[in-house]
Order: sequence, then structure tokens, then C-alpha cells
Amino acid sequence: MEKELWKGNEAIAEAAIRAGCDCFFGYPITPQSEVPEYMSAHLPKAGGVFVQSESELAAINMVYGAAGAGMRAMTSSSSPGVSLKQEGITYLAGAELPAVIINCMRGGPGLGTIQPAQGDYYQATRGGGNGDYRTVVLAPSNVQETVDFVQEAFDIADQYRNPVMVLCDGLIGQMMEPIEWHPVKKRALPPKDWAACGRKGRDHHNIITSIFIAAEECSDHNDHLTAKYAEMEKNEVRWEEVQCEDAEIVITAYGTPARIALTALDTLRAEGIKAGLFRPITLWPFPEKALHTLAEQDHVKAFVDVEMSTTGQMLDDVRLAVEGRKPIRYLGRAGGVMPTVEEMIDLVKSALKEVK
Amino acid sequence: MSARVTFNSDRCKGCELCTTVCPKHIVTMDMNVINRKGYHPATVTDMDQCIGCASCAKICPDSIITVEKF
Amino acid sequence: MAVVYEKSKGLTDAELHYCPGCHHGIIHKLVAESLVELGLLDGAIGICPVGCSVFAYNYFSCDMLEASHGRAPAVATGIKRTHPDQAVFTYQGDGDLASIGAAEIVHAAMRGEKFTTIFVNNAIYGMTGGQMAPTTLIGQKATTCQSGRTVEQAGMPIRVAEMLSTLDGCVYAERVCVTDIANINKAKRAIKKAFEKQMNREGFTFVEVLSTCPTNWGMTPLKAVQWLKDNMIPYYPLGVIKDKGLEV
Repeated sequence: MEKELWKGNEAIAEAAIRAGCDCFFGYPITPQSEVPEYMSAHLPKAGGVFVQSESELAAINMVYGAAGAGMRAMTSSSSPGVSLKQEGITYLAGAELPAVIINCMRGGPGLGTIQPAQGDYYQATRGGGNGDYRTVVLAPSNVQETVDFVQEAFDIADQYRNPVMVLCDGLIGQMMEPIEWHPVKKRALPPKDWAACGRKGRDHHNIITSIFIAAEECSDHNDHLTAKYAEMEKNEVRWEEVQCEDAEIVITAYGTPARIALTALDTLRAEGIKAGLFRPITLWPFPEKALHTLAEQDHVKAFVDVEMSTTGQMLDDVRLAVEGRKPIRYLGRAGGVMPTVEEMIDLVKSALKEVK
Repeated sequence: MSARVTFNSDRCKGCELCTTVCPKHIVTMDMNVINRKGYHPATVTDMDQCIGCASCAKICPDSIITVEKF
Repeated sequence: MAVVYEKSKGLTDAELHYCPGCHHGIIHKLVAESLVELGLLDGAIGICPVGCSVFAYNYFSCDMLEASHGRAPAVATGIKRTHPDQAVFTYQGDGDLASIGAAEIVHAAMRGEKFTTIFVNNAIYGMTGGQMAPTTLIGQKATTCQSGRTVEQAGMPIRVAEMLSTLDGCVYAERVCVTDIANINKAKRAIKKAFEKQMNREGFTFVEVLSTCPTNWGMTPLKAVQWLKDNMIPYYPLGVIKDKGLEV
């Protein structure tokens, strides 16, 4: 298949159009503005709807309306804008509406910087809005994965009637890479007979809501959602292991740092150091069992978690999975500064010294 | 031509809005009855005088009034 | 025997939860009757707000969505843009529309979104128990301005219909009330006209309905009607604020 050179953000938009995205609602913010720009130029030509909203809040609520009426709807933003969307995301989850949300992460907190970062891991995986809910979070580490995941995200959202987030960072959004537009596997999806799209002769009226005012009803609704999240945990967990079979030190990283880690692995292996990479691809559901199993292997002596976040956000999930079985060291860089290959190599070596 | 007003009295909240719009002043609150909600429901005292204008029904916030003409 | 008046098919049989004498019920049926009479009910999609009418989806018999607080115009935008041939309306109170949702309503009107907004202005937050709204009148008491609203503390109340009328995308704005039969008839004509203009794809259409809140105003329903006439109408004048078709 022929390779084409695409910029990450534009590829995200094109992937969504190819996945049958009916409508896009967004607001400009660096480093993701190419997504709405591309959508404004190309989605209407494909028969879809583009609206530049007055705010991220409005954008996610336009998504809520269109999704509630049965459309494939999407919005994109970057960290501060995704904070604003949290209200809409919890309503989508509560009302069980499928939608795709792109977060092209930048440095924070607050306005932070427009450079790439991974400080929104908690927000994405813990549910940044109110209440008990989960969103499937896909974390690509290159442009090819990004376009594949964006297309798949629509199917995952429709299958579970749940918002799905593609969590990339400003680096993936801004860089150009050769990609293939290979066909992405389509899922068998249930009909959207729940959509509030006008009765048109239906014998009842459809209602989209997240309010269940009676305590028992709200409790039942939460139980129903929790059962659905359990299904997602069973079916949707994804991760990648690179040279973990004999690894003594395992780097855990997702997205851009995982990509940097591949270079570090090459150098370490060339020096005879048995290093491996464990890369969560779904951040929620987190590949907890797989990481736990790896932590139980005798050959694994320690973990080195690397993130573009100084507080160590995925680190919490790594700790929960490792359950104290092996020591964990942490390397975090934030504010738009990326962890380097040299820093990773140094930390792997010092971790190895400690445990040997 | 005569008319008849019927009230779904169980659903009346006793707001009295219907009593203010009847041109014949025949809609009143039935002080002898307390409905399941605990209100004195609206009623018509002299149905023969009803002209079937449906004003009472139009203003009823709870849509509990039906008006028919014979 | 002929039925002169019965509950509209645009409403379900559900019992309304509104307080005695609250005008929401009257306004609901005017919207429902308008949709039925214009033949729009079967394709209609409504959006209810957060506030007293949060459960309006149980009462209208068309498809309904419940929006987050103030965002109904954004939700309606997402629906109408993808369903341009169907009637779409938001039903919003004054806290929802004029306070937390001010940005959404202004921008929907600016874009000339082709849906209809029914704005119920009762000058107070009803559902949460009578707090001051942006539409609360000067001197009017509320639980967050217990001696009455002052200009110093909260500024002058907002006249939404007039404000939205300044936007080109808003083609029709009328303020009505439902205190008596003449005004109920006018209100229904306004609502029908708004839906007709929507279906003619003319632009954003807006009907502000002044309403009582007997419970939170601390009055009987009948005294509340009088209070509305004496206090609200002088500040919020009734009538057509804007009708773009008639301007030439």
C-alpha cells in the first residue's frame, strides 16, 4: 500500500471523515487547530456538518445534541480546552451517548505552554467531570496509530454508547509522518433505535437524559454503567510489549515517551543490558493484569516509568498493577520538555545497579 | 346548543386560575371536596350556563379540563 | 357532541410536577398545540434545560433531550445542523438561558441557528428555591437578595428579547404572557409564528414568555398573576420586539 505524508492533526481529521464522522464541532486552540481547520474545509464536501463553536463547552454540547440525535459526532481540543469539555463528557457518559473526543495534550497547569505534554492522564482516565463514569482512552504513539485509532474510536463509542477519547500530544499533532490508509476493521454495531431524532411514526418518544432523580433509579443507572465499564475492561484492553521476554528492566511509557524509549532500548540492548518496554495503548481500561503478570516474572528486576508529567500520573496505575512486587523508578519531564534517550538510559542503568 | 366541562379532579392543584377566566363565572373551587393531592378541586356550579368557550381549559396549567359541545 | 378542548396530543399523559398555578404548564401546552397544529410534532425534537422544566421531556410527546445547565442552544445547534428539515426547539428558564447559558444563546442567535427558543422568564430561580436571577427585578426579594435586588449589588435586570434582537441572525423575537385568555391566544400565535419562520429557514426565532412563580414569590397563584402584571410587564414590555419579515 502506498505511503502518504500527513501531518498528525490533519490526519486525525481525515481519519474521522473516513470513519463516517457526520459532524464536527470545535474551537481553536494550539496545538490542535489544524483539526477544525481541516474539518471546515473537507467535512462539508463529504456531506458532513462543521460548526466553529463559541467555546469548548458549546462544542461538546453540540456533540451531545448531534450524538443524541443519532449522529457520529466528534470534537477536538488541547488540554485547557479539554478541561472545559469535562462537563459535556460526564453528561455524554451519563446519557450514554457515543462521541469521539481528541485531546492533543499541551503543557499545564493553567495556560501552561503550547508544547507537548502528558499532564492530562488523570483527567482522561479518572473522569475529569463529576460522577462515576469511564471513557475509553486510546493513546497512540505515532501518526499511523493515531489515524487507525480515530477510525476505530467511532465504532467503540457506538458499540458501548460511550464517549471515547483519543489522547495524543502536541508532538503527534504537529509532526508529519508517512502513513498508510489501510482499511480499519469495522465492528458489528447495534442500531441507534434510542436516538432522539424525531418520532417519525415511532410508537413512543425517545428521551436522552442523564438525570435519574429517584435515588434507586440513579443507583440502578450507575450499576448499569458499571456493568458496561466491566465489559469494556474485558474486551478493550490493549498494550504492547517490546523485548520484555527476558527484560530485567522494563520501561513503562505511553504515547511520545514510548516512542523515545524504543531508541533507548536499541542502545541499551547494544550494550548488553536487558531492557524492555511495556506500552499501555488503552490508558483506560489500563492493562493492569498484563503488567501485573510481567511484574511477577523472575527476570524482571525493576520498572522505570517515563512520562511527560512531573507528578507521575500513569505512575499510579503502574504501582497499582505492580503491587509492590518490584521497585519502580520514575522519570518525568513536563511543561513541554521531553524526556531524552540519554536520561532514560541513565535511569535504567542506575535502576539495574540498585537491584543487582 | 349546550356544553359540558369535565375535570380530571384528582389532578387538580387548586390554583384557581380557571376561576378567573370564565365569562359566566360558573367555575369555582369545590370547598366540599379534598382530592387525593389535598386540594379543593375546581368544579362548575351551573353547567346549564356553560357556553363551551373553553377558557377554563385553555388556562389550566395541568390540562385537566375537557370541554364538549352538544 | 364535539370536543371543543382537550389535552393536546403533543403532551403525554404524565402528571406535571409543577407547583399549583405555575405557568409552565400553560406554556407547555401552547408549544405542544402549536407543534400539532402545524403538523410538526412527529419530526420535532425538543431540548429541556436545567431548572424547573428539567423534566419537560416527560411531558412533551415528541423526542426530547435533557441538556446541561444553559447549554440547550448548543445542543439544539448540534441537532438542527444535522436534521435541518425537522422542527427543533429549546425550552429554557431565565437562570438557564440568561445567566449560565448567556454565551450559548447569544451565539446561537448570532449564527442564525434555525431553531426556536421558548424562554420562560419568571424573574427567579425556581427549582433551587428562589434565588436571584439575572431577570429578578430591582427591589424584588429572593433568597440571595433578601432585602430585594439592588443595582449596586447586581446591576439592572437583563431584557433578553431586546438584547437578542440586536443580532442579525435573530429574525423574530416576541415577548408574551399567559395571564388571561387574550394573552394566551397571543402567546400561541407567537409560538406558532416562530415555528413557521423556523421551518421557512429564516433564522433564529425567540419567544419570551413572562411567567409567575407563586411558590418562590411567596404568593397565591392569583396574586402572582397580578404581581406579574403590575411589576414585570412595565419592565419587560409585551409585544413583537423584532420581526425581520416586517422590517422592509
